[in-house]
Amino acid sequence: MNKSTALSAWTTTLRLLCLFAFSAAALAEENTLKLQEAPGKDLIETHCRTCHSLDYIEMNAGILDAAGWKKSVNKMIDVMGAPILPGEVPGIVTYLHQSYGKARE
Amino acid sequence: MPQRRDFLKGLGGATLALAGDALMPSLARAVGGQYDALAAAPLELLTGKRPLIRRTYRPPNFETPVHYFNEVFTPNDAFFVRYHLANIPLVDGKSWRLRVEGDAVKNVSEFSLETLLRGFEQVEIAAVNQCAGNRRGLFEPRAPGVQWGHGAMGNARWSGVRLADVLRRVGFRNGALEVAFDGADAPLVAKTPDFIKSLPLWKALDEDTIIAFEMNGEPLPHWNGYPARLVVPGWTATYWVKHLVSIRVGLKPYDGFWMSTAYRVPKGAFLATREFSSQTGEANTPVTELVVNSLLTNVKDHDEFLLHRQIEVKGIAWDGGYGIQKVEVSKDDGRSWTTAELDGDHGRYSWRPWSFRFAPLEKGNHVLLAKATNRNGDTQGNKLILNPAGYHHNLVQRVRFNVV
Repeated sequence: MNKSTALSAWTTTLRLLCLFAFSAAALAEENTLKLQEAPGKDLIETHCRTCHSLDYIEMNAGILDAAGWKKSVNKMIDVMGAPILPGEVPGIVTYLHQSYGKARE
Repeated sequence: MPQRRDFLKGLGGATLALAGDALMPSLARAVGGQYDALAAAPLELLTGKRPLIRRTYRPPNFETPVHYFNEVFTPNDAFFVRYHLANIPLVDGKSWRLRVEGDAVKNVSEFSLETLLRGFEQVEIAAVNQCAGNRRGLFEPRAPGVQWGHGAMGNARWSGVRLADVLRRVGFRNGALEVAFDGADAPLVAKTPDFIKSLPLWKALDEDTIIAFEMNGEPLPHWNGYPARLVVPGWTATYWVKHLVSIRVGLKPYDGFWMSTAYRVPKGAFLATREFSSQTGEANTPVTELVVNSLLTNVKDHDEFLLHRQIEVKGIAWDGGYGIQKVEVSKDDGRSWTTAELDGDHGRYSWRPWSFRFAPLEKGNHVLLAKATNRNGDTQGNKLILNPAGYHHNLVQRVRFNVV
């Protein structure tokens, strides 16, 4: 994790702590979630966990192919309003597909 | 404004003492064949709840372990939790207000808990609250979304006031079409669509549709919608909006994302006696009524039983409110079926406990099946009705057991 990503992760954490003081312990547990190491992981940690915990990704492992993950990421941007830049999408989709994609037949 | 302190007070000292290390997850895991695909999720504590099966931390999605379904009514602190949005305030019951508004309302009004409790007849109804996506994790081919096992449901006695009484008090115009419900939970990013659900006016006026303040004789737990939630008996839990703050009676179909795009099934794929016509499109329609279903609650895959020793198998059966006509059990993988005994009837929207006794006559591996039929004659099948979002899983359940 580079410095700016680490800072962004902390900013997210602090924001969440303010919003849900009640769930601080649950957030501590959430922060123990570990995604697979691969290029693009930083992008996921920066963007996806703003709105949801990363177990959403692990839970759907093996279900979506590259096109399916792309559709899912685009839904997050177009419908849910995730502030992801167009240039970041390919890196995110590649990471999700390579680490959590549907196995090829 | 939501107040943290008042809510904690409501939970009592025992819960306060839990804060900190005690909230770390216990490592118990689900076991057994048909649960294998779903076994990775550990049991964990959500504040104020017993250990539940964690699907996701945030928004929190936690399901009830099946053994709790051996009781007719699911304990409040073991009742499943499902949220779509992660900004979940702790609502203070004293300052909470419910606003009834919209272009079809005659007198826009605001109610406090006290004015609702004093001003309207209080009613109680037993009803199954089941997520439309319950058992999605058992879909084959797999469907993306929360990978629920069997426990995204519960049965409770809900009490509160009739939605119809409140709507008639404020008055609505001719042409009122839908009633939309919003809760205090909100998105973290302003662009995310707020979780708002609508009902057709006829369902909103059903005398069994209520604004509930209590479940099983206690105030609603925070995670189940304190201080008020909508209860729509017979319909999937997506309509049972929690932390209810706004009711909007409209002249037009509500077109937000959670109605127009999410929670939809292919048209004609499932039975429902009356269509949600104002929301039905060319290809799909909202998921509404629960389909007939059953669950074995005291046996699971790989259980061992003794030869010639009597076993009492227990389960539950439910549907969209027509009532369970019969439950049949097969102990030979579907070659022959025997009718189970239906136990206490708690009303047509409650699930119905049932039991079946037998003594195995042969050693080895066996397959136990259970299927329910409702009073309309609808029953469970052996083939999944596929739909993209993985709703309404009601395949005949198969449990493999060994006799030694």
